[in-house]
Amino acid sequence: MSAARVGVVTFPGTLDDQDAARAVRLAGAEAVPLWHADHDLKGVDAVFLPGGFSYGDYLRCGAISRFSPLMTELIPAARAGLPVLGTCNGFQILCEAHLLPGALTRNEGLHYICRDQLIRVENTRTAWTSDFTEGQEIVLPIKHGEGRYVADAATLAELESTGRVVFRYAGSNPNGSLNDIAGITNEAGNIVGLMPHPEHAVEELTGAPGVDGRGFFTSILKRLVNA
Amino acid sequence: MNIDTVRRAQETPDERQPYAELGMKDDEYQRVREILGRRPTSAELAIYSVMWSEHCSYKSSKVHLRQFATKAPKSEALLVGMGENAGVVDIGDGWAATFKIESHNHPSYVEPHQGAATGVGGIVRDIMSMGARPIAVMDSLRFGGADQPDTRRVLPGVVEGISHYGNCLGLPNIGGEVVFDPCYIGNPLVNALCVGLLRKDQIKLATAPGPGNKVVLFGARTGADGIGGASVLASATFEDESHAKRPAVQVGDPFMEKLLIECCLELYQADVVVGIQDLGAAGVSCATTELAAKGTGGMEVNLNLVPLRDPTLRPEEILMSESQERMMAVVKPDDIPAFMAICEKWDVPATVIGEVTDTGRLVMTWDGEVIVDIPPGTAADEGPVYERPLREPAGQAALNADGPERLPRPTDLRETLLTLLGSPNLGSKEWVTSQYDRYVRGNTVLAQPADAGMLRISETMPGAQETTRGIALATDGNGRYAKLDPYSGAQLALAEAYRNVAVTGARPLAVTNCLNFGSPEDPEVMWQFSEAVRGLADACRTLGVPVTGGNVSFYNQTGSTAIHPTPVVGVLGVIDNVAQRVRSGFTAPGLRVLLLGETREEFGGSEWAHVVHGHLGGLPPRADLEAERALAEVLTEAAARGLLEGSHDLSDGGLAIALAEACLAQGVGCTVTLPIEDAFVALFSESAARALVCVRPEAFDAVANLCARHEVPCYGLGLTGGSALTVEGVLEIPVEELREVHAAALPRIFD
Repeated sequence: MSAARVGVVTFPGTLDDQDAARAVRLAGAEAVPLWHADHDLKGVDAVFLPGGFSYGDYLRCGAISRFSPLMTELIPAARAGLPVLGTCNGFQILCEAHLLPGALTRNEGLHYICRDQLIRVENTRTAWTSDFTEGQEIVLPIKHGEGRYVADAATLAELESTGRVVFRYAGSNPNGSLNDIAGITNEAGNIVGLMPHPEHAVEELTGAPGVDGRGFFTSILKRLVNA
Repeated sequence: MNIDTVRRAQETPDERQPYAELGMKDDEYQRVREILGRRPTSAELAIYSVMWSEHCSYKSSKVHLRQFATKAPKSEALLVGMGENAGVVDIGDGWAATFKIESHNHPSYVEPHQGAATGVGGIVRDIMSMGARPIAVMDSLRFGGADQPDTRRVLPGVVEGISHYGNCLGLPNIGGEVVFDPCYIGNPLVNALCVGLLRKDQIKLATAPGPGNKVVLFGARTGADGIGGASVLASATFEDESHAKRPAVQVGDPFMEKLLIECCLELYQADVVVGIQDLGAAGVSCATTELAAKGTGGMEVNLNLVPLRDPTLRPEEILMSESQERMMAVVKPDDIPAFMAICEKWDVPATVIGEVTDTGRLVMTWDGEVIVDIPPGTAADEGPVYERPLREPAGQAALNADGPERLPRPTDLRETLLTLLGSPNLGSKEWVTSQYDRYVRGNTVLAQPADAGMLRISETMPGAQETTRGIALATDGNGRYAKLDPYSGAQLALAEAYRNVAVTGARPLAVTNCLNFGSPEDPEVMWQFSEAVRGLADACRTLGVPVTGGNVSFYNQTGSTAIHPTPVVGVLGVIDNVAQRVRSGFTAPGLRVLLLGETREEFGGSEWAHVVHGHLGGLPPRADLEAERALAEVLTEAAARGLLEGSHDLSDGGLAIALAEACLAQGVGCTVTLPIEDAFVALFSESAARALVCVRPEAFDAVANLCARHEVPCYGLGLTGGSALTVEGVLEIPVEELREVHAAALPRIFD
């Protein structure tokens, strides 16, 4: 059986694509580079939108990327059920593309913040979180200046009542996100966006202490193999 | 637009020229006239004035810096030494590392955010121009007193500038320093280091060989920023008019720089670059003269072809502009289409502006008329060289005589420890470092607050040859020590960086330095400079680590008051198996705690004298380089044999601070007894060549034997464990209390 193929998107200004591809490979899947200027998803089974400062964060984080040729292919594919994970700038792009509701705004403390953050897993029914247990606390790095999740009251209520808040900051809230939200999913559970970086927590030697990020990649692999 | 052409210069030999306003001395201007056999055109004057500025020509420091070459230890690792954009060292398995530290002090005072940001951008382009992928940055920062009002303006801006630019580039920031002292209030020091990686056989050099080859300017368009920056900003002492100079600070665009990095790496991979140079200080002037001087010797450039952001720029301004994110490459005519296609892929503008010739002349035209016609070497390499007068500072003897012996000693050592631990210099730097991305690219093995940053090599570039190796980097400096004795102060800076690399298990290999001083026209400053260089060159020879490059920053003074002489030294080391890296501090309970090295009563320039008494006098700790070398041998061998569970170097604040930091690393306490009777000396003396290690009980004998073999004193202090730092019979402090005091040091002031 051939390995599952996970696309890793590079926009101009994407920074964590190398880490994302490594995390995919370490989990036993094939990492397929996807280029922003191509109208081509290369037949991948899932897509990872990594962090960075795509298009220099000009205008607004993710606002330009969402119009790129690759995204015009990805948006309908995701709506049709293709599993997509967006971390950090990838999460911002998913929100700008209206694949996920709400927006990420400047951190409450106004500073960029890089630290190892305690996160609580709230939903294990998504394509990317089935290998966690509900209520499990994990440590993942966060590193962002604009990660404060906001949405209107109706959207927040809907996210909460339908269990679409996937991750919440535990311990302390680093950026002022409403309801301590660190990550959310769409109704179908195939699209997940979060500010923390699972791809920086997959090896003992490097990155964050611990390997709590591996669960994202083992989850999606199980899903793809069983599909 | 009236253009001063060569023809016009010949016709109007007596026209008065504003050379003095451009920072040139009378005799320097006369020398230009002699070289050219006529008066220079205004464009030529622009070139000579920037290329012969202190910043670009090293005219005051050159005679001293030669010692780094003449006294250099034999090193098989050195592939490219001083004089190129950055030095390159062989790190084994076909890999090479290139690294350099550079100052951006004056711009960071005038406009902290952009000044610091463009400092990062500049050093990253230096590393790129060697053919390397930049893989990490570090910053060595010095500010005025933490409680002085202007520090609240400068520090947040500098940190934000580094954070914004470095984070957008996707380079992990793995360490550095943050130091406060009132002497830096009008002259903060922003020294940025970058390290890059390349295959040993793929080094690129700044050279323009091969007549007919094309000269390509690529990257950002040229604008009016930083015009005159090189000579006016970096070389002029601040008085009160610094606001008038604000437009001279360059503005950076890290997004363009990130594209430029990826674009350059693809150009190297496609092998379409013959020579390459980044555009930093003195912009097009510097790049064209240096490339031409090191190549076949000639170059023709049509300045009308330089893409402009501001179409009203005059040719002199184009030559002097310090617009960021630009590079210049020499490319074979047949490779131009491939070169342009790669630039287009990355949305990087690229323009052929000229070609290499064999005439020995750098010729530039504007609207078809020749406006520059000079031998490029005279601007690039044959600038003035000064043997400035030196004089030991008038107060030096009195300063050295006023030792710390007279200071009253504390009775409550617990309180002293907490006071020091919560002081701005020894407190947690997390307020600063949490604004930097230390994880990006996924190869960070160690980062601050570890003693040195460490990176894995094998995963840095996809598809490249596997290796178990890693590199470690540390920067250190101590202005107070150097003020008391610049010779040994510089040696102590090197010793500390060398030790910080060794405690991680890496073998120190090579050195870069950033020499921050006052005005070279002051003989007392020049004495400090010459002593520091002599000390550093001697120490490099003794420790067997060559200087590969660096940077001199003069005129760090306000009025007649100079900063403390501040040589900052960066050391790069190699670890054969990066998985054997030694983590910082106490990593588990139940480990034996050992102190390696000799403790003497040494309080001159110490943190204790500084924080508790506001005193600076006497002599700094002895720089015992043989002892440093022996200690490093013990540490690297013990690490390679897997004997060490944790380590930490002793420096500012002595054993007391080292123990506290070791406890804070993982929240593991310890119970220790002191190696000598005088508890105050044992805890707070700053004797060099010491380190703290923790080992499994069964490894104790092996480490003790290793120490005996290298004649390194080794004291068993006690055991790790518990939730407090306990020094038997002296003090007991819960780790939680240590953490609160340590963590609050900077937020208390800057939040």
